[in-house]
Amino acid sequence: METKNKISGGEILMRSLVEEGVDTIFGYPGGAIMPVFDALFDYDKHLNHILTRHEQGAVHAAQGYARVSGKVGVCLVTSGPAATNAITGISDAMLDSTPLVVITGQVVASLLGTDAFQEIDVVGITQPVTKWSYQIRRAEDVAWAVARAFYIARSGRPGPVVLDFAKNAQVQETNFEYKPCTFIRSYIPVPEMKPEQIELAASLINNAKKPYALVGQGVVLGNAEPELKKFLEKADIPAAWTLLGASAMPTDFRLNKGMLGMHGNVAPNMKTNECDVLIAIGMRFDDRVTGDLNTYAKQAKIIHIDIDAAEINKNVTVDAPILGTTKEVLPALTAKIHTAQHSEWIDSFNEYEEKEFEKVILREVFPTSGELTMGEVIHKVSEATNHSAICVTDVGQNQMMGARYFKFSQTRSLITSGGLGTMGFGLPAAIGAKMGAPDRTVCVFSGDGGFQMTIQELGTIMQEQLGIKMIILNNHFLGMVRQWQEMFFDERYSFTEMLNPDFVTIAKGYRIEGTEIRKREELNDAITDMLKDDKPYLLVVNVEKKGMVYPMIPAGTCVTNILLGD
Amino acid sequence: MEKKLYTITVFSENTVGLLGQITIIFTRRGFNIETLSVSQSALEGIHKFTITLFSDENSVRKVVQQIDKRIDILKAYYNTDDELVYQEIALYKVATDKLLALGSIESWIRDHNTRILEMNENFVVFQKAGHYDETQRFFDELSQTVGVLQFIRSGRVSITKSKVERLSDMLEDIKKYER
Ligand SMILES: Cc1ncc(C[n+]2csc(CCOP(=O)(O)OP(=O)(O)O)c2C)c(N)n1
Repeated sequence: METKNKISGGEILMRSLVEEGVDTIFGYPGGAIMPVFDALFDYDKHLNHILTRHEQGAVHAAQGYARVSGKVGVCLVTSGPAATNAITGISDAMLDSTPLVVITGQVVASLLGTDAFQEIDVVGITQPVTKWSYQIRRAEDVAWAVARAFYIARSGRPGPVVLDFAKNAQVQETNFEYKPCTFIRSYIPVPEMKPEQIELAASLINNAKKPYALVGQGVVLGNAEPELKKFLEKADIPAAWTLLGASAMPTDFRLNKGMLGMHGNVAPNMKTNECDVLIAIGMRFDDRVTGDLNTYAKQAKIIHIDIDAAEINKNVTVDAPILGTTKEVLPALTAKIHTAQHSEWIDSFNEYEEKEFEKVILREVFPTSGELTMGEVIHKVSEATNHSAICVTDVGQNQMMGARYFKFSQTRSLITSGGLGTMGFGLPAAIGAKMGAPDRTVCVFSGDGGFQMTIQELGTIMQEQLGIKMIILNNHFLGMVRQWQEMFFDERYSFTEMLNPDFVTIAKGYRIEGTEIRKREELNDAITDMLKDDKPYLLVVNVEKKGMVYPMIPAGTCVTNILLGD
Repeated sequence: MEKKLYTITVFSENTVGLLGQITIIFTRRGFNIETLSVSQSALEGIHKFTITLFSDENSVRKVVQQIDKRIDILKAYYNTDDELVYQEIALYKVATDKLLALGSIESWIRDHNTRILEMNENFVVFQKAGHYDETQRFFDELSQTVGVLQFIRSGRVSITKSKVERLSDMLEDIKKYER
């Protein structure tokens, strides 16, 4: 539809966002984006703008929103320092394949390249960390660029897109006509699925005695959770998940064997080097999953299902690649595989599970004496929310414990910074998660270190009255780094111990209720109190200072080199 | 893995900042581009980059996959020398008096199949097209005899010997995705 009257580039942006179905924006205003914010003032019925307290927070919030809802997260920030503040979140979204459209203000086109006030080369800086980055210099290009940005961000392997919006184009007026983008000739978002690839993979699976599936975020991004379940059940294939593949299968699903990787479960890592056919589904063989590639799954035939051709043979050389979406490939493969039973193979996981329970889990999750542990807190919160909450984590020990001990009954329930491992991700991502799934309970676990990296977002939570349940697992240390220092640096705790503020008082300052506990006897009541209503709440749990995350595969070593801390 | 010279060909849309997008893929992996040349391709509005890289095949393949993945890149692929017709051009500036002191220069021109582009009382500029070793041999010989004041060699330009025209096939093929 075309407008009769000319409207400003800023208003065209608003209308284009509405055309793309956007209803929530996370942002922060400033000089070079003011005409857009002025236009936004009249669109407040269509576009709910959340004012975060830092641009990094805006991007992480948009990520949280996108990850729980499957929609594109949208951010609106100004030029220069605002754009650089956004870079961490943009990079995080790039590594974790999260669809975002980030709009940055830019100086007027005539000043570009002159070191004008708050001018930085946003396109140049963001090119390596975006799927696409584009500068809009004329109002005529706004609708086209927005359409293209959304198409690129959400199609194929999703990712962040940056639109750098020169101020002159925000005020210039032109006619508005919106055409959604559905095709770019230099971009094939979904490669064509090849029947011969399906045949080859199916024959490998049909001849396998010990088939084993690795589930990555590709299953979630492809909305292929039901298709995954059918596939696994038909041929009775045990499966494990990567950090971002968490919750693609419910925790109690019979064939769900747990987490892969450095701090994953013992059986899933050991079985990687025992299976005869390894089926990687929408995962990218990250080094935190594979450890030393020279000793990784050498005995197995490897099938790799991915939407991104550049992932095939990138880290692991595969025998049977299948390009396509998980939504499309899994049913095609399921149709070609035989019904099978692998009871003996599946039962063989038990021995490792029992060992891990005895050596690690018993102590971490069910301690009866000593100080509180991270594992027991996470376990209790998961139970108290019927394993149906969204678990957001920050980075470090709290993250690994969250992934290990929170239980999931629904998909899109673990929101965590995987590829970039960004401390400070948790709190703002929880804001986005709550906005994206307002009916679900959102719990965010954070370390005392990471919480202070984006602590200012308590202001956003206060202003929006978001019922987020915040749990600081306070060990008075940068715990994960301390753990490495203990294990690999002779207990030389170089700058990892922290003197912390009174977090509950800080929360009070933001008019957020909170409490602090340090004893096991206090835990249940504190959790009950936290969950009593849908208001924001901060629970500070003082946990053991020198807790360890086990099991652990030291970086760069073989997946079977698993330390249990015994 | 064995290292050798690979020629990477990239076809792209004619958009701003593409060279940067391509070069960062090399930078990230710590690879040095040997030569680079950019021009219009036979198809209007489509640009062609010819890049040479000394590397092993596995690395080249990954670099090409990463380039191909960028939104505005139409097609990227790599070849070895035997699959290509390729050429470089070099210019050499030498002092006229030293050159004349050698006596006849006819043999230079014949032996090296070179041309003189400019000649005056101060300097002479030779041009020579050929493969790297050919232009280099002429450089070495000039250096040892009369000395070279300035020297420049272009990036490689190349054309594939194969019967398939990958870009036009791809453009044809992609039409099926258009809705
Ligand atoms: C922005 C950023 N800086 C530094 C790091 C390195 N790092 C990884 S884990 C960690 C310690 C985190 O400590 P804390 O937030 O207290 O959580 P804990 O490990 O104790 O649960 C650090 C410093 C990081 N991941 N991100």
